[in-house]
Amino acid sequence: MTVTSRLIVGPFNRVEGDLEVTLDIQDAVVAEARVTAPLYRGFERILLARPVSDALVIAPRICGICSVSQSVAAARALARVSGTDQPANGRLAADLILAAENAADHLTHFVLFFMPDFARSCYAGRGWFEAARRRFAADLGEASRSLLPARARFLHLMGILAGKWPHSLALQPGGVTKAVDAAERLRLLSIIGEFREALETVVFADRLENFAALDSLAALAAWADARPMDHGDARLFLHIGRDLGLDRLGRGPGLLASSGSFGLFAAGLWNADGGGLGPFDPARITEDVACAWMAGDAPLPPFAGLTLPDADKPGAYSWCKAPRLDGKVVEVGALARQVVDGHPLARALVGAGGGGSVLARVVGRLLELARLIPAMEDWTRNLRPGEPFCLAPPDTAVTGAAIGMVEAARGTLGHWLSARDGRIAAYQIVAPTTWNFSPRDAAGRPGALEQALVGTPALPGEASPIAVQHVVRSFDPCMVCTVH
Amino acid sequence: MARDYGVLWLQAGSCGGCTMSALAADDVGLTRALGRFGIRLLWHPALSEESGADAVAILDDIAAGRVALDCLCVEGSVLFGPEGSGRFQVLSGTGRSMKDWVAALAAKARHVVAIGACAAYGGMPAAGDNSTDARGLAFSGGDPGGALGRDFRSVSGLPVINVSGCAPHPGWVVETLAALAAGEFGPERLDSLGRPRAVADHLAHHGCSRNEFYEFKASAARPSDRGCLMENLGCRATQAPGDCNIRRWNGSGSCTDAGFTCINCTSPGFESPAGPFQETAKIAGIPVGLPVDMPKAWFVALAALSKSATPNRVRTNAHADHVLVPPARRPPKTP
Repeated sequence: MTVTSRLIVGPFNRVEGDLEVTLDIQDAVVAEARVTAPLYRGFERILLARPVSDALVIAPRICGICSVSQSVAAARALARVSGTDQPANGRLAADLILAAENAADHLTHFVLFFMPDFARSCYAGRGWFEAARRRFAADLGEASRSLLPARARFLHLMGILAGKWPHSLALQPGGVTKAVDAAERLRLLSIIGEFREALETVVFADRLENFAALDSLAALAAWADARPMDHGDARLFLHIGRDLGLDRLGRGPGLLASSGSFGLFAAGLWNADGGGLGPFDPARITEDVACAWMAGDAPLPPFAGLTLPDADKPGAYSWCKAPRLDGKVVEVGALARQVVDGHPLARALVGAGGGGSVLARVVGRLLELARLIPAMEDWTRNLRPGEPFCLAPPDTAVTGAAIGMVEAARGTLGHWLSARDGRIAAYQIVAPTTWNFSPRDAAGRPGALEQALVGTPALPGEASPIAVQHVVRSFDPCMVCTVH
Repeated sequence: MARDYGVLWLQAGSCGGCTMSALAADDVGLTRALGRFGIRLLWHPALSEESGADAVAILDDIAAGRVALDCLCVEGSVLFGPEGSGRFQVLSGTGRSMKDWVAALAAKARHVVAIGACAAYGGMPAAGDNSTDARGLAFSGGDPGGALGRDFRSVSGLPVINVSGCAPHPGWVVETLAALAAGEFGPERLDSLGRPRAVADHLAHHGCSRNEFYEFKASAARPSDRGCLMENLGCRATQAPGDCNIRRWNGSGSCTDAGFTCINCTSPGFESPAGPFQETAKIAGIPVGLPVDMPKAWFVALAALSKSATPNRVRTNAHADHVLVPPARRPPKTP
């Protein structure tokens, strides 16, 4: 007879915000998982009745790690509702600010949040353990000693372009508030160049372009084997991933979505179960509150969405609503962006199993890091000091509705703004981890992480099963965005 | 150093931005920046290895008095809702509200530090009708009280120290903790709202790169203009406590340097201005928020005088996003 035991895991360190996972375990694997977002702050209500431009101050404060992404989504919603355009310099500078946040977040996740789990004593005796311990022991490993300074120096780009990070007001509907002069443009190139050096020395131990050009599983394996396993932290991860079978761990839903980013990564919806590429249409998004501590009945499109907390709702187990696309569960993030964009290695990583895996998600992030930095160098060279960075502000007495979509580091973020006479009449936010960490919907369909956890080993005696932690962190969750 | 000064860091109703800001401390990261002063993080939700049951054990040990706590840092506002239950934030894996955890751990701490405007005064979650009943540790807005009550003192006898700001400069965090660890921090170092005077004795206006435009009241009219942001675009730097433009952010930056307005994020109630954040409230054409310690009549008179004396260079550049008119050069002296 199979015995089911229940395990409640939390708090999850090294994720952004707080998270609790309830596991039903049979035969030492997870049979069912329920994901709880335990914090509700009410930003969608705070925004109500405020002047529309106040969204630029309030929305970024939803999240300290995706602050710029929230700013960009709000600025785009405002621009669309008011019919405002941006000059080329404004677009380039905003892209640089967003890309800097995305790249810094990817690095922070890899070094501080994800890799330290392989330095835990439960892995003592593995061939790679000593290297992992030396490189990634939480907060004290060599990697954080060299890469945290590199991250901090890279964020000097924010000092020039956005004043500070997080929580800048530089991103406006008509462009950016800071015009870059000729000397600053050169300083930006120097900052990005220094970050490239750190990545190419420490993370990849190779040219970024060489890693970005890996186009198959065989090419990835050959790259991993070409040097000793601790020659670059990405290579060390690939060796660990092979040993632990991380390509078979944490299988996500087979639908991966991206709204497209920077004009560099295409938008679309990838069906890894053989359906191929289709369009990504925000009009097909609904949010379901069946298992959320929120009042409401049928799933609603965000323009009609409500945020009515109900802490006593029977059957509910999270503050997170359940967004669905055409009623289906999708996964978002760097892997989804690279798969949708058609990167051959990313496609191969999900093709091998019909969805994301722990390995695929982490490699997806590394690929994006390797692709973003050269693009940032190009954008900086294309800045034209002396030409405008911001157009006149929009008419503030606006009435209408618009969506602001952006790709945050963790995936697709949307702001649904309804304005009346210059005031916010409704504001709904669907964040990347809202997609990935949603609870069940009315049809009982588990969210992406809830699906990915099924089948994950949870060994007797493990109070916080290590494989569960790998799966959870492979999504790079941002819980403060999730519920907001 | 005789022994490490141990810090426990909790994230209450926060966005995590204070931690993200502090991660860039001194360009080396929070752990190393603090380590230089003998400060060790006992547990930090974003940085420590311990997760789940291991993390809860650390909190239990401190709450039960089995492990001494030098300093409790709380980031984020304390959510009392719904109806005083604190259920808008339950610390996962414990079934217990963050509100209760904060109270239990604060009672054991030699020092209690509110990290950021949310933990200090309630911050952005307290905006509007404050439907989550978000509070600072020792204040709700500008009113003493907050989550811990108006008579709260930490074990050392000090009140809660409010390292306010949204997000605070990493240096404010590191230097406040360093002074506490060194035993140099007394009540005389706090202003009337519990902020370290090392920061709060300055104004964000001090050192602003738009200083010349301010002097001549050559004001920006729209985003990206180089002129002063006070007259039209809502800048509150002349009232906002902080050394924001004396020390710089992320290398060389600051809000005003990047062309956007100071929203006075170190002050209680900043989240709920009377009008739009990016517009200056005026009565009869005169900004309402004048410098706090300057007689209004003098300000108006000086503003009128300086406007009449504004050089063409300053007036022109104030309405451009780059320098159109460079400073004049004196002609070379003839021998």
